[in-house]
Amino acid sequence: MTGYNIKITDEIIKEHNLKKDEYELILKILNRTPTIVELGIFSAMWSEHCSYKHSKPVLKKLPTKGKYILQGPGENAGIIHATKNLGIAFKIESHNHPSAVEPFQGAATGVGGILRDVFTMGARPIAVLDSLRFGNPESKNTQRLLPSVVKGIAFYGNCVGIPTVGGETVFEDCYETNCLVNVMTIGTVEKKKIKKGIAKGIGNPVIYIGAATGRDGIHGASFASAELTAENQERRSSVQVADPFMEKLLLEATLELNDKGLIVGIQDMGAAGLTSSSVEMANRGKVGIELNIDKVPKRETGMNAYEVMLSESQERMLMITEKGKEKKVEKVLKKWGLHAVTIGKVIKKPYIIVKEKGKVVAEIPVAPLADSNHKFFPLKRQKGIKPKYLENINIDYNLIPIPNNIEDILIKLIGSPNIACKSEIWQQYDHMVRTNTWTLPGSDSAVIKIKGENLLIATSVDGNGRYTYLDPYRGGAIAVAEAARNVSVSGATPVALTNCLNFGNPEDPEIFYQFEKAIEGMADAAKILKTPVTGGNVSFYNEGKDGAIYPTPIVGMVGFIKGTRYVKQYFKDSEDVILLLGQTKDELGASEYLKEIHGLIKGPVPEIDLKLESQIQKTIRNGIKAGIIKSAHDISKGGLAVALAECCITAKLHGEKNIGAFIEIQSDIRIDSLLFGETQSRIIITTSKKDLNTMKKIAAQNKVVLTEIGKTGGDRLIINIDWAAKKCSQKINIKITDLENIWMNGVNKYV
Amino acid sequence: MKAGVIVFPGSNCDADCMWALQDILGVNTEYIWHENKNIKKYDLIVIPGGFSYGDYLRCGAIARFAKVMESIQEFSSKKNKFILGICNGFQILLEAGLLPGAMLMNKTLKFICRYVNIVTENNMTPFTGKMKKGQVLRIPIAHNEGNYYCDETTLNNLIKNDCVVFRYSDENGSVNDNTNPNGALYNIAGIINKDGNILGMMPHPERAMIKELGSTDGRLIFESVIKYIKNN
Repeated sequence: MTGYNIKITDEIIKEHNLKKDEYELILKILNRTPTIVELGIFSAMWSEHCSYKHSKPVLKKLPTKGKYILQGPGENAGIIHATKNLGIAFKIESHNHPSAVEPFQGAATGVGGILRDVFTMGARPIAVLDSLRFGNPESKNTQRLLPSVVKGIAFYGNCVGIPTVGGETVFEDCYETNCLVNVMTIGTVEKKKIKKGIAKGIGNPVIYIGAATGRDGIHGASFASAELTAENQERRSSVQVADPFMEKLLLEATLELNDKGLIVGIQDMGAAGLTSSSVEMANRGKVGIELNIDKVPKRETGMNAYEVMLSESQERMLMITEKGKEKKVEKVLKKWGLHAVTIGKVIKKPYIIVKEKGKVVAEIPVAPLADSNHKFFPLKRQKGIKPKYLENINIDYNLIPIPNNIEDILIKLIGSPNIACKSEIWQQYDHMVRTNTWTLPGSDSAVIKIKGENLLIATSVDGNGRYTYLDPYRGGAIAVAEAARNVSVSGATPVALTNCLNFGNPEDPEIFYQFEKAIEGMADAAKILKTPVTGGNVSFYNEGKDGAIYPTPIVGMVGFIKGTRYVKQYFKDSEDVILLLGQTKDELGASEYLKEIHGLIKGPVPEIDLKLESQIQKTIRNGIKAGIIKSAHDISKGGLAVALAECCITAKLHGEKNIGAFIEIQSDIRIDSLLFGETQSRIIITTSKKDLNTMKKIAAQNKVVLTEIGKTGGDRLIINIDWAAKKCSQKINIKITDLENIWMNGVNKYV
Repeated sequence: MKAGVIVFPGSNCDADCMWALQDILGVNTEYIWHENKNIKKYDLIVIPGGFSYGDYLRCGAIARFAKVMESIQEFSSKKNKFILGICNGFQILLEAGLLPGAMLMNKTLKFICRYVNIVTENNMTPFTGKMKKGQVLRIPIAHNEGNYYCDETTLNNLIKNDCVVFRYSDENGSVNDNTNPNGALYNIAGIINKDGNILGMMPHPERAMIKELGSTDGRLIFESVIKYIKNN
């Protein structure tokens, strides 16, 4: 065994992010000292990014089974049954650290990676969504990151021709140096054409396709598995460079190879590149793979096996074809201006064997590298400790004065960063290509037509880091509930989810507590709402110089509408009845109101009754199916008043006329809780007068409260509050064009 | 009649143009691979939007050298043969010299995807026969380089010869700086050659074919040229 004569010292082990006990495991596995190439392979495969060594035991709590599940976690993407012949593949992934260092390339390659995860399954990507987190929009760093991240996503998605149909952008100080860039891709696949990342058939050739390998991104996976420091910010070589045109060619070539039945198994060379793709494919097939480094196409001269195995150059795929079909593979690739290079073969011995210039430079059994059940796999069994900050996190309501200027508060909130319009972001994305986008971005969920099928898909990405910080369990549960609600208000039945779990350093027991509790919350919500998890991504070590980010689990939800009955969030016609589905409680904690008006990040986070949530969502879907609901909008950030304002002012961006509203509410709870509190499980809907009784019946059948609160019409938003407890009244009376202007300019000026 | 949609490496609105012509309007339509020089059988050829060859050099600059473009020159000189270049297709027509002018980066320096209004300046072309003069169409744009530019003489000739077909306007058809999304000279959204058989436009009519997508105005353009071909 050669090893470039590099002696494996403690320092080198540390540089590879390997702990002492992990190195001991390596010695046990190999029964000898590893070569430097082997050390690199272990380091990459056992990085949190590839191994999930901290998270796996906790992730087992998530429900993963259900009647819609066709492919659960463990593959490159999950797949659900959509129709008799069609499956929907989807997954979300993070590209946080690369984006924090080099926002344009980091975000662009984030899109590229998740597209490949979907088309490697044999699916054609049809939609992208993004979930972004930045610090204060006025800060210098945010002004560096935000426009470039958006440009990077646009550059990649637009060029490949996959519409970016939805997403969310949230600003909190905790993301100042460690922004979050989570991207989700959805694709369609004929069930009989589904492909997996598996190596099969001893002697079958292992074929490399796509871009040549360069020195970019070496050790990207371990870069993503450590905290961002000034020191590793310098690790620009850990960031990859994007080539969306190559991706487009690779996409078309891969799908054509699949159509022609030339693929045995295929996997994107994503995190840890050639290493993870070959090891994971071999592990799934319980076989080995032998690779010849000399055959790998290289972009730079003098690259050695270590660099080639760990490079994260983008737009590369590894595939297995049947022996003898190499020529046919080459022909397809040639059509697309690409090459197929046989760089190895499937072998019986379940080892990853790397040869360079005729010599073996690595020879490692596959199972302990990739199988978390293997006795030498470095699985961490941790227990969280409840963080100290959670002891004194709730607000004393008595200290918050009851406002007497509710109109000013609404104006301030509607222009605040987390509520204001984000059209300058999503209009930089081509959100219409493929001509399936029936509901544009900036809505509760995107609605996409599946051509040739009697089917619409509604999809949404959601998460609330502040909620999860203040109450990890509820934050996790609400992320699922809100994503499902956003899908339901379009008329779709939510069927499955993918999650991107953004947390700090898991080795800190207090962070681990956040993780455990958030997962418990997500698991409970996913069970009750019948939306199992098909896979996702864990992103730990999201910490900057100011400490860990808020724990931020993001949920990407997919739902189905059979037929074509769907609605949008904005008021449709004048003289319609406005109804509130659900009940407002006296809950102010964790709200945008507390943050923006009182400068407070305090709990308690609103309660979530998952059974009630399920009933509320069923009610809205039944109403839409019955064809009597004309608009539906989830009440979330900023509460009832903001949601009403959004119903009045979001039509124009979607090509329709904005319509005002007249609201009258009698209440005995605090006026700020009523208008700006973020009580869960509430939806604003409109029906025409003639359908009001039918809607009431549907609500009664589902045992949920439905209250008539006003009617649509005019060019003003008028809210009259008759406050029983104080025997007084207050009102909002504002032109919707004024609201619209403030809303349009809150964030768009920073993009 | 028979229509063809050219596919370059990096085209990404090819499937949408196919859908618009074949599925929505029932026209017999085929894809034309960029290496195919045999295009005589088609009556209408659409050069679709996308990022041909990644547009890494200059939009359309490489696509104009594709084999199919050699035949396009000859095709365009024949009677009753029509070419519609949309977005990247328009940029390719400019690079190939089949239409005059060039595209600059949008004045906002950003990619813009949204619905715009365009006013029909000339309804006497084969592509606009179903519109009235001054009719406003609501059709989306999606581009980074749609800021049309040409020198003064060229512009004067375009205007004089009625070659400016569409201009960015408001919903009532008024044209001014506020209705110009990308900085295009004279608010130009689409131009036609003097012979009236090559139309280039930045907005995407294939995206405005059914009401669920927000507008059906794109149909008018396809339907006009289809009707013209069938009647001649």
